[in-house]
Amino acid sequence: MKHESVEINSGLLIVLTLVAISIGGLVEIVPLFHIKDTVEEVKGVRPYTPLEQRGRDLYIREGCYACHSQMIRPFRDEMMRYGHYSLGAESKYDHPFQWGSKRTGPDLARVGGKYSDEWQTQHMVNPQALVPDSVMPPYPWLLSTELDYSDIEQRMIALKRTGVPYSLSEEEFRRNVEEYGEEMAKKLHIPNAKATLEEQAKSRNWDGDPSRVTEMDAMVAYLQMLGTLVDFSQYEEGYFAKFR
Amino acid sequence: MSTNNTSKEVETTGHVWDGDLREYSNPLPSWWLWTFYGTIVFSLIYWVLYPTWPIGNDFTKGIKTIEVKDEQGKVIYDGHWNTRALLLDEMRNSPAALRQKEGIEMVKNASYEQILASPEMMSFARSMAKGLFGDYCAACHGTGGQGVLPYFPNLADDDWLWGGKVENIQKAITSGLKGNMPGFPTIQGQALDDLALYVLSLSGEKVDAAAAERGKKGYAMCMGCHGADGKGNAMLGAPNLTDKVWTVANVPGAGSIEGMKQEITNVIHKGIKREMPAFGHRLKDYEIKMLTVYVHEMGGGK
Repeated sequence: MKHESVEINSGLLIVLTLVAISIGGLVEIVPLFHIKDTVEEVKGVRPYTPLEQRGRDLYIREGCYACHSQMIRPFRDEMMRYGHYSLGAESKYDHPFQWGSKRTGPDLARVGGKYSDEWQTQHMVNPQALVPDSVMPPYPWLLSTELDYSDIEQRMIALKRTGVPYSLSEEEFRRNVEEYGEEMAKKLHIPNAKATLEEQAKSRNWDGDPSRVTEMDAMVAYLQMLGTLVDFSQYEEGYFAKFR
Repeated sequence: MSTNNTSKEVETTGHVWDGDLREYSNPLPSWWLWTFYGTIVFSLIYWVLYPTWPIGNDFTKGIKTIEVKDEQGKVIYDGHWNTRALLLDEMRNSPAALRQKEGIEMVKNASYEQILASPEMMSFARSMAKGLFGDYCAACHGTGGQGVLPYFPNLADDDWLWGGKVENIQKAITSGLKGNMPGFPTIQGQALDDLALYVLSLSGEKVDAAAAERGKKGYAMCMGCHGADGKGNAMLGAPNLTDKVWTVANVPGAGSIEGMKQEITNVIHKGIKREMPAFGHRLKDYEIKMLTVYVHEMGGGK
């Protein structure tokens, strides 16, 4: 093919440009799916429970990611402030992941357990009441809106299709019992989803009122587990450096 | 425009648009060309030294290695170069980390008495704890420790719900706190009013003495935590009711005895549940130590 014929034929030029550009992307991305060290071997990472997953959906609905990242980068200042850098394994069940790079607010990758449930609730209702300098907008409707979890099974099935190990069959359930223990496996069983969601919402004083299942319950449940799954005290300091 | 160019024939790409538009094919400037060749050489060297090419389910690790040792000289990483290993080294051996380590070692090996008595150690602890406090504590207790009533207690006053000794503060930060006053919804009507008035009388509010006297009987239920004399119990986080410091019921802001009574009855009726998270697994021992002296100093300590 002569160079001139490519230059004077815009359709062909577009196609060939796309091919050239995608090679650049593909050689960077595709190998990551195959390299076994991309996702670190680490214990404790599990899929989100139905309540946490609904909280995660709300996190996305409210656009939290526009101001908060969930990715502690491997720098000294970040380690000093937020804790251990994020692992690939910690977001292996995230669809879509919430890494982000825009930090108007602080990173939330390890916010779980950092503040009390009550703080999270009050802060969401009126951030400036607790942190006067905050520029975060209030989200009071989370507390007053009942959580809609009528379609929780479908949401979990959709995630299951992307590879999240929620269980549908008895066999998958047994596999999860082995992997995550009986109590957690029950929460990850799609046919139980509604019941376990309610149970978890009422098991703790998430939003200060255990009698109702509100959106705040789901949001706080999600925030309070962020970054808490891996017990870093179980690993030697140099362990995670081997995977890069 | 120089004129002597017109006579020279410049090479073109040979493509012609619209009948007479041609594109010059001047040679690239040599500085540019050599920079380009330089980047190729650079990448070849990079491939040899650093992790680069994916091969199947693995990748080339490069021949450059890093060894990171901990304080005792034990090797904690010895392998191919990568940014995580660099960070591991930076966390321990960068100039900033080493400077910080000096202060940390000093505080680590000292008792609370020694730290509190040493201006040098206090100054280091203050500077480091200020950042920790800002990130871990200030969200609830405020940047100055002033707290947010009625949810999060003031740390900058001299009133310590759970005790103001360094041991108390260290325990609170390490294991967290669960404050729980049960609600007493069965106390109602006159009995509730009388009890509230008695509680107000404890801190010297001028209330109907007869009613307060009647309420004293109902107070028997409160004694377990608040004590017979109302002085509270720091082991349970039960506040002193006699000191006019109100952290939940907004008595000072109520204006009238009737309003104060309403504030108190609300608390008796509903109870209080407060929780401070535990930071023992999140912060290092020496970080907790420095936060402890920082908070201790903030409220004047005990």
